[in-house]
Amino acid sequence: MPVNYIDMARTFKSNAEQVGIVQGHRLCPGCGAPIIAKFTLMTAKKLGFEPVVGLATGCLEVSTTIYPYTAWTVPYIHNAFENVAATMSGVETAAKSLKKFGEIPEDRKFAFIAFAGDGGTYDIGLQSLSGMVERGHKVLYVLYDNEGYMNTGNQRSGGTPTGSNTTTAPVGKVIPGKVQIKKSIVDIIGAHEGVYAATASISDPADFFAKVEKALNFDGPSFIAALSPCTRFWRIPDSATNSVSKLAVETKYWPLYEIDRGVYRVTRKPRQFKPLIEFLKAQGRFKPLLSRPDADEIVNKLQEYVDKRWERLLALEEATKDKYLR
Amino acid sequence: MMNIDLKKSKAVTGAEAVANAMRQIEPHVVAAYPITPQTPIVEYFAKFVADGVVRTEMIPVESEHSAMSAVVGAAAAGARAMTATSANGLALMHEIVYIAASSRLPIVMPVVNRALSGPINIHCDHSDAMAERDSGWIQLFAETNQEAYDLTILAIRLAEHEDVRLPVMVNLDGFILSHGVEPVEFLPDEVVKEFVGKPKRVYPLLDTENPVTYGPLDLYDYYFEHKRQQVEAMEHAKKLFPKVAEEFEKISGRKYDFVEPYKLDDAEYVMVALGSTNSTIKYVVDWMREEGFKVGALKIWMFRPFPKEKIQYYLNGRKAVVVLDRSASFGAEAPLYEAIKSALYEATIRPRIGSYVYGLGGRDIVPEHIRKAFMDAIEGNLLVDEQRYLGLRE
Amino acid sequence: MALKGWKEIPIGGVIDEPGKSREYHTGTWRVLRPIVDLDKCTHCMLCWLYCPDMAIEITVNEKNRPQMVGFMYDYCKGCGLCADVCPVNAIEMKPETEFLEE
Repeated sequence: MPVNYIDMARTFKSNAEQVGIVQGHRLCPGCGAPIIAKFTLMTAKKLGFEPVVGLATGCLEVSTTIYPYTAWTVPYIHNAFENVAATMSGVETAAKSLKKFGEIPEDRKFAFIAFAGDGGTYDIGLQSLSGMVERGHKVLYVLYDNEGYMNTGNQRSGGTPTGSNTTTAPVGKVIPGKVQIKKSIVDIIGAHEGVYAATASISDPADFFAKVEKALNFDGPSFIAALSPCTRFWRIPDSATNSVSKLAVETKYWPLYEIDRGVYRVTRKPRQFKPLIEFLKAQGRFKPLLSRPDADEIVNKLQEYVDKRWERLLALEEATKDKYLR
Repeated sequence: MMNIDLKKSKAVTGAEAVANAMRQIEPHVVAAYPITPQTPIVEYFAKFVADGVVRTEMIPVESEHSAMSAVVGAAAAGARAMTATSANGLALMHEIVYIAASSRLPIVMPVVNRALSGPINIHCDHSDAMAERDSGWIQLFAETNQEAYDLTILAIRLAEHEDVRLPVMVNLDGFILSHGVEPVEFLPDEVVKEFVGKPKRVYPLLDTENPVTYGPLDLYDYYFEHKRQQVEAMEHAKKLFPKVAEEFEKISGRKYDFVEPYKLDDAEYVMVALGSTNSTIKYVVDWMREEGFKVGALKIWMFRPFPKEKIQYYLNGRKAVVVLDRSASFGAEAPLYEAIKSALYEATIRPRIGSYVYGLGGRDIVPEHIRKAFMDAIEGNLLVDEQRYLGLRE
Repeated sequence: MALKGWKEIPIGGVIDEPGKSREYHTGTWRVLRPIVDLDKCTHCMLCWLYCPDMAIEITVNEKNRPQMVGFMYDYCKGCGLCADVCPVNAIEMKPETEFLEE
């Protein structure tokens, strides 16, 4: 039976230490990242895994481990910005080796989980992540995608959406903010061999938990890209983390899908979609773009893009059905 | 000089010697990326893994940055973890080299010394190791393949000592040692296994009953204290090295120390150097001694922590000291020279001292060069503030 | 908290007290305070699920059903996400200034 949150509440109650991440962390009010960490860890614990987590430098890392404090009650390692995948490759291999040497019991059921932001994933950490996936380390890599270098004050990343106003790609008189399209990171990771890759949204906990479960039980590396609203730099109310996530799914901005060994599956197909403008309008980061005289033109292009991408996803689902590469 | 029993020895390259030390150590995890001239170490070791000679799990990483990152993860997890590299590879690791030391992870890494670009060059000098001299790693330098083998084994014990807990670089000269064949006396496998023992685990990540946090954000209120601990750990390394060396002598009959004096008893002119060049220096010492010159040599086995007291002990009161550096520090004195000169500040009778940079990018150093530097010292022709070059065209 | 000297702390920057962050009370950041009307509350657990600060206090009743109890004000930063996700509007965000007397 799939894990559900009522059952989780029954299990964990108010004992966050049993989940793995506890109170007293210093992430901004309403931050999406601790919710993503909590969803992931609760699922792992509920399934009987012993989580060991690795963090890339970023919001979640700095705010949870300000020495001598730590918000983690599971083993935790942060090494640097670009190398959480390599670091966790080492941790996972150590466990494998120590089992082989007979120094730890064979039946220890670890869940090696890496958490990284978009900077540590799309940009500086992409090589290390690709290496980890290519080598087949059994690590679940969870991207909390807040779509920019938010820890350092909203700089552009490869995960920043088109038209978003950031400090290094600001909306100016000539240039309308970021002009490039966000990398399709799940497709990049999903294009490796023998990997499970998926998108997730906190606005759909059941889908989120199911994907974590699938990832942890997957015989190989797995990757989950979870949209992580940043209240501060998406310029949204602290309370809007979930509602904006929901809008992202409903407007095709953040389609929920997975790639399991080459097989695409769209895990949520809303009957009706909302126009993309609703997602954009809900956030102050798009306000400078939307105030431009050419706003309509740009928004139309973006709408066209998400429509096409959705059609393409459905086509890929159809084309790859049951055609597992391995 | 090392006494190697030629009957018990095997002619091998430095790379093969080091790879065999690693085979006997049998670490839990080796993560490595090939780079000339370190490549044969990784190749030999990969073959041991492929043939099931060792149980080690090997991670064929996609870069040196990931090699160091993975061994940091593995060591933190509680495994004995090793890697090896050279030059640009070491430079790419640089960021994590510091993190390994400050996380107090006893990783042992043979470094096959090669010139750090640019322009790109694959041959020996010490610019790679010198770029890491303030990283918090213990740095040992081998003169011969035998030493590279021995120091790799010895380094495990030093690194993992509970009062030390620091990573160690075992430096061996690129091509000269790594690809040069010399006789090496191998210890029996079981003797090495017993010597290195099982790793002592300190805060292993896989102990989920006692979860620890590695690598927190350490600000102005505690960072300084953690750095002070690293200073102390280096002091401990200095105190414990003779003990570990003594134990190694018991199993091998080979004696290691911070430095190795060569014909120093009555020497008035002493040359100081790191690595394989010491063999050439010893040859020149013998040659010049035959001519009646009171020359000698002081080989530095341990560069970090820097054995200042030993240097002072051996160099105090000599007429002159010549320091050979296989790397330059642009805009400042060469690294070894700077350190020796600084150590001699406290000497009661300060010798004259001169700096010679040689062998950059693998430029050959020949006995005549060394003799020339000795003759400068003997003739009173040393200038403390002048950096000279051996084997350089004007 | 008195700062410790270098001889008193674990080596390597390791923190060996899991969950020590609980000694740091983020509740002082709060501008808006969530107040729950337990008469309206259906104990659906959405607030518990979403709270980014793990600041929802719950219990499990004799029927093995999780029950909303209230908020851990030592940690609640007042983001209001609980109120936003509450399907029956049982949580109201009130200015912290209203509680200054307490």
